[in-house]
Amino acid sequence: MTETLKAAPVSQPVLSVKDLKVVFHLRRGDFTAVDGISFDIMPGEVLGVVGESGAGKSMTGTAIMGLIDRPGEVTATSISLKGERIDGLDEESMRRIRGKRIGMVFQDPLTSLNPLYTVGEQLIETIRRHLPLNEKQARERAIELLADAGIPDPAGRIDSYPHQFSGGMRQRVVISLALAAEPELVIADEPTSALDVSVQAQIIKVLKRLCAQRGVAVMLITHDMGVIAEAADRMIVMNKGKIVETGPVGDIIHRPQEPYTIKLIEAIPSIKSQNPRYVAAVAKGEVAIGGKTDAPIVTVDNLSKVFDLSPSLFARVLGGKSRKLVNAVNDVSFSIQRGQTYGLVGESGSGKSTCARMIVGLLEPTSGSIKLEGADIWRDKEATARRRQKIQMIFQDPYASLNPRWRVGEIIAEPIRALGISKNATEIGDRVADLLERVRLDPAAMRKYPHEFSGGQRQRIAIARALSSQPEFIICDEPTSALDVSVQAQVLELMSRLQEEFGLTYLLISHNLAVIRQMADAVGVLHNGVMVENGEVEQIFSDPRADYTRMLLDAVPDIAKVA
Amino acid sequence: MTDITPSAPKGRIGKIIDSDVFYSYRTSPVAIIASIIATILVLGALFAPWIAPYDPFNPRTLNLMNGFTPPMSESFTGNFFLFGSDHQGRDVFSAILYGSRVSLMVGLSAIMFAMVLGVSLGLIAGYRGGLTDTVIMRIADVQLSFPSILIALLIFGVARGIIPPSQQESMAIFVLIFAIGLSDWAQFARTVRGTTMVEKQKDYVSAARILGVKPIFILIRHILPNVVGPVLVIATIGLALAIIAEATLSFLGVGVPPTQPSLGTLIRIGQQFLFSGEWWILFYPAVTLILLALSVNLLGDWLRDALNPRLR
Repeated sequence: MTETLKAAPVSQPVLSVKDLKVVFHLRRGDFTAVDGISFDIMPGEVLGVVGESGAGKSMTGTAIMGLIDRPGEVTATSISLKGERIDGLDEESMRRIRGKRIGMVFQDPLTSLNPLYTVGEQLIETIRRHLPLNEKQARERAIELLADAGIPDPAGRIDSYPHQFSGGMRQRVVISLALAAEPELVIADEPTSALDVSVQAQIIKVLKRLCAQRGVAVMLITHDMGVIAEAADRMIVMNKGKIVETGPVGDIIHRPQEPYTIKLIEAIPSIKSQNPRYVAAVAKGEVAIGGKTDAPIVTVDNLSKVFDLSPSLFARVLGGKSRKLVNAVNDVSFSIQRGQTYGLVGESGSGKSTCARMIVGLLEPTSGSIKLEGADIWRDKEATARRRQKIQMIFQDPYASLNPRWRVGEIIAEPIRALGISKNATEIGDRVADLLERVRLDPAAMRKYPHEFSGGQRQRIAIARALSSQPEFIICDEPTSALDVSVQAQVLELMSRLQEEFGLTYLLISHNLAVIRQMADAVGVLHNGVMVENGEVEQIFSDPRADYTRMLLDAVPDIAKVA
Repeated sequence: MTDITPSAPKGRIGKIIDSDVFYSYRTSPVAIIASIIATILVLGALFAPWIAPYDPFNPRTLNLMNGFTPPMSESFTGNFFLFGSDHQGRDVFSAILYGSRVSLMVGLSAIMFAMVLGVSLGLIAGYRGGLTDTVIMRIADVQLSFPSILIALLIFGVARGIIPPSQQESMAIFVLIFAIGLSDWAQFARTVRGTTMVEKQKDYVSAARILGVKPIFILIRHILPNVVGPVLVIATIGLALAIIAEATLSFLGVGVPPTQPSLGTLIRIGQQFLFSGEWWILFYPAVTLILLALSVNLLGDWLRDALNPRLR
């Protein structure tokens, strides 16, 4: 299945990898992370490497840079950079290649920059280490690089520290840093995964433009097929340490050959496909989905939350200049119909999680009201009890939302015990087993600990826990963003089925617009704590009114955009 | 990615033998040797009345004629002394067995006391935050800025003043435990507070709060099990320190009463005879103390590495 491009006589590949293997020697035996892969990258080419977690894609990049530590072992027939062997070099020679000939861009821009030095100092240091320039020339070059990467007012910003830049700007700085020594190859490992969609699109453009201008080859490692579609020329699909398929991006996305690739591409929700329930409703001749039911289950009116981030108690009481208030959620109103899914969309810092925490009762609102079936949930003890009974939550990170020291059975039974629904051990056991079956897990799982399960299975356990107290309304805060696409599809499918089975109402919070379009009946768009748009799903996606929504929709990288 | 297929271990013992901690134990010679030494010393202390050839605290069996017998030799009365005898004709070996008993008992109790106090306060400080946290942790800071032996001395002195003289003898051991324990809680509180602050941010705590689980239950049932790892490590290393602290106090003469000598008391008695050539009276108790403290300390070190793979 591995395809090695024949080296064209005119141009030599920038990077040529032959039969690369990365093996970790562990005490339970050898673990092969990368299993004999071969590929070439031509000058000026962007090679996308895509795969799910554990596919070995990052390991490939790390191995090429010679950064695998014990107990890992790298073996390869050859790794050559412009025809020169770089595998098996000693640490000192490798260090000279890294930075100078191979630039690196990592996922988290905050950790790839030293917080104690200004951006300029870091750029100038890198430039002078690798290029014969004096301080002044290096500074000029650094300003040029920053300007190229799209940093406004680079001459003024060069003496700022990394924390004074936003996430997107910081990643631009990291890209300038990677290109500072005029490398022949840039290895970018998930360069946009930590960024918001609107910023992500800009960063991909910058990376692509800069590399094209300089003729730099790029190895773009990502789990996001949309990013590959947008940026790469050729792509490699990896699974379990092996190359499954390789070829031009358009070919693979439109005509995938291997079953694994086909499955992977089918699992990606597209922002272009209409809401299935809406389509079904239109086919039946109904105008709106579900239709307006009598009374909404949850109504949020003029909800606001102000965080006081003043540095000291003194400043809080006295007020004045040092008082720092943040309006996380500002005058937000919406209502959710029974049995429907309300999607809340927004970028990081838009206040969507703060909203969720207020509705579920973890945070008290500064002003405004949240009504559950007409009664304010913050009013009195009785209302609180009703809220606990009827509202549940599913969290983003299935690794942090399950107590690692509890058995799965205890975790799922916690709501039953805490709310006093049942005290009978056998009855609880039966219910837990039933719930596990409903989320498609073996009831024997109740005797195991969370670490024995994969991310997707853990999220199923979290769903089972949320269901165990028989709530009517479930808040799902980014339920699939920590999961691989194929697993995401399964979890979303499970959520839809459970919704029908139990007549649940969902508040689905996500930054992934495609997921929202597929799942939600109505959608609210949050921006900096303000609700900029609120309406039915197809109206928002096909005919957005607010500029912000339009911008957000345009920014989403989509595999359908590939020619 | 080829999956590593672990040969599924059967049963509880199989699981323990297969666990990473046990593997790290098996492959660490230091841990094995330290645990063997510690086990021998603990067993010796535990079964002192059955192992000891003499009862060193029964005045009727003591014979001044046996005084200052060198190690591995017989006295005038025909009694054999492995580690020699002291000025009163007491068998040093037997005294060490009984002495480690007192040392271990005081050390263990003190560290348990420190652990319960420190973990509780750490949990509360970490979970409540704000003013509670500030008050508890500032007290800990103040205390940590003094050498803990000084604190123990201070507490011991104050207790002496409060307790009526008639009960001082019988209360001495409890005062000692209290003094050492109270001087040691801050370490636990600091570590537990840090871990608690991390854990309380995690979503499993949020999930419990949504259900209205009371903070005390969240602390005990959810957070506590997740902080025991580091606590065990500090407790083990702390045990060595507590044993030394007890020995120090006893050496200074403020520890256990002379009728119930610990290793520290034996060392204090022995050092009077060091320069007159009767070295064994000091030497053997001192070596025992070193072996005990060192082996427990090494075990603690190993445990820390085994429970935290990142430090390896």
